[in-house]
Amino acid sequence: MAKHIQTIVKANLSSTAKTGGCGKCQTSCQSACKTSCTVGNQVCVK
Amino acid sequence: MLNLVYFKEYSIKKNVHSYRQGDLFIAHDVNSGSLHVLDEGAYDVIKAIEKLQEMLETVNTEGICQVLRQAGKTVIVKELSEILDELEELRKESTLFSAEAEIVLPMYPEKPIVKAICLHVAHDCNLRCEYCFAGTGAFGGSRRMMDVETGKKGIDFVLESSGHRDHCEVDFFGGEPLLNFGLIKSLVEYGRKAGKAHGKTIKFTLTTNGVLLNDRIQEFLEQEEISVVLSLDGRPEVHDRMRPYADGRGSYAKVTPLIKQFAAKRPESSPYALGTYYYVRGTYTHFNLDFDRDVLHMADLGIKQISVEPVVASPKDAYAFQEGDLQKIHEAYDRLGEELLLRRAQDRDFNFFHFNIALDQGPCMIKRLSGCGAGHEYVAISPEGDLYPCHQFVGQEAYKLGSLYDETSYQLKDTVVKSFRSAHVYSKPLCRECWARFACSGGCHAANVAFTQSLTDVYTLGCELQKKRLEVAFYIKIKEIQQDLI
Repeated sequence: MAKHIQTIVKANLSSTAKTGGCGKCQTSCQSACKTSCTVGNQVCVK
Repeated sequence: MLNLVYFKEYSIKKNVHSYRQGDLFIAHDVNSGSLHVLDEGAYDVIKAIEKLQEMLETVNTEGICQVLRQAGKTVIVKELSEILDELEELRKESTLFSAEAEIVLPMYPEKPIVKAICLHVAHDCNLRCEYCFAGTGAFGGSRRMMDVETGKKGIDFVLESSGHRDHCEVDFFGGEPLLNFGLIKSLVEYGRKAGKAHGKTIKFTLTTNGVLLNDRIQEFLEQEEISVVLSLDGRPEVHDRMRPYADGRGSYAKVTPLIKQFAAKRPESSPYALGTYYYVRGTYTHFNLDFDRDVLHMADLGIKQISVEPVVASPKDAYAFQEGDLQKIHEAYDRLGEELLLRRAQDRDFNFFHFNIALDQGPCMIKRLSGCGAGHEYVAISPEGDLYPCHQFVGQEAYKLGSLYDETSYQLKDTVVKSFRSAHVYSKPLCRECWARFACSGGCHAANVAFTQSLTDVYTLGCELQKKRLEVAFYIKIKEIQQDLI
C-alpha cells in the first residue's frame, strides 16, 4: 500500500472520446440550473 | 523513481490540479478523471515540479530539492525517493500525469438532431425579479402567451427533428409558465399522444416561481410525472429583495409553503435529475455573498435538492459581483461543503447541485467537450414560434435560428448552428489550457456572449466560480469515500 498517496477514484475518461457521444443523456441546462453549464455533474445514462 | 524527463513535454498546470481543501491535499488528474489524496510531502513535490516548469527550469531531482528548500521545507532524501517512486507507479498506470486526451472533436450529422426544447409558454410574469434575464418576463418584447397551435407545432418540431433519439425533452418556461397552465395541460396531453405515434417518449419539465402552485396544479404535476424546478433564493429578506411582486411586496411568504409542500411529495428525487425529480433553485448576488446561509435555510425548511447559482449581471447593476467579492464567495463554498458533510454525517442530508460529481460514472468526453447542446440539440421557442439557441438568447435577433411558421421551419439557420457547434472546449483559447476544461465544457454560451460578445471567449469570473465548486465537490467526494472505507 502506498505510503504517501491514496488513490480515491481510478478513472479512464480520455478513452471515452472514442466510445462516447451517444447523446442519450439529458440536456444539461434543463435539469436544474438554467443559467450555467453544468456538464461535469451529470451522469452517463448509457 | 519518477521519470522526470517526461516533464519536458508534459504540462502539470494544464493536466494535474493539486490543491489544498480543508485538511486534505488533493490531486485531480484531468485527462483520466482520477482523484488522489496526497500527504504534504507528495503535494510539495508535485508543486515543486510545477514551479520548475513555470520558471522554465529543467525538472530534475536537484531542482525539486532546491524549490523545496527555498519554500522552507526540509528535504529527507529517503522520503523524497519514496514519493517519486509512488508518483511513477501512478504515472505508469495512467491515473496521474496521464497523457493528454487525444483531440477528438464531436461529430454531428449535417441536419441538427434537436432532442430538447424550451417552450416559452408565457412571456409574462407575476413577479418582477430584479435580476431576471427575461426582462421581468417579456424578453425585451411584448407580454404575450403562447397559443395552442404554436405549442403543438413546437412539440411536432422536436419529435420530427430528433432523429433516432427515442427520448425528447420539453421544458415549460417563461416568464412564468403557470400563467398559461391551460396550454401546459393541453400540450402534455398532445405530447403524450404525438410521442407515442412517433415511437418516442417526451420527458416534461417545468420551471416555475411557485406563486400559482396550488393543489390542483401540484396534483397535475404529480399525476403526469413532470419534473419541476422551483425558484427560491433562501432567507426571507434575501428572497424578497430580489423577487418582489409588481407592487413591491416580497413573494417569500406566498411561495415558500407551496414549494415545501411540493418538495415533500418527492422524497426520493434524484440529485442527478434522473426520473421525475424536483430542484429548488436560487440565485445569489453581490447582496448575499454569504449564500451558504441561504442554502442552509432551504435545507432547514426540509428541501433536499438545492441549486443556488451566481447571478449573471451587467457590471452596472447594483447586485452584480464586484472586485473583492470572489474571496467571500470562495469562503461561502468552503463553509457550505463542510456543513454539507456535517449534516450528512448526522442524517440531515441535502444535495447541492453544483457539488454533485459522478466521476467514474460521469458523462463521456464528447459530452464534456460539447456542453449543453444549445443551438443544435437544444432550442428555445418564443410565444411567437421563433427559434433561438437557448432560453437566454430569446429575443436576440442575431441569434435567431428560424420560426415554426417558416416554410422551412425545420431548417435551422446554418450559420448559427455552425457557430454553436464549433464553440467547444478546444476552440476556446483559455479553456484549452484550463484544468477544469472537461468539467465545465467551456462554460455557458449565454454568459460568455454577455460578457465577451463571443462564443469562444469565456466569462472569466464564471470560470473562477466553477473551479472553486469543483474543488469543493472533489473534497466532499473524497471525504464520503473515506468515510465509507472506515
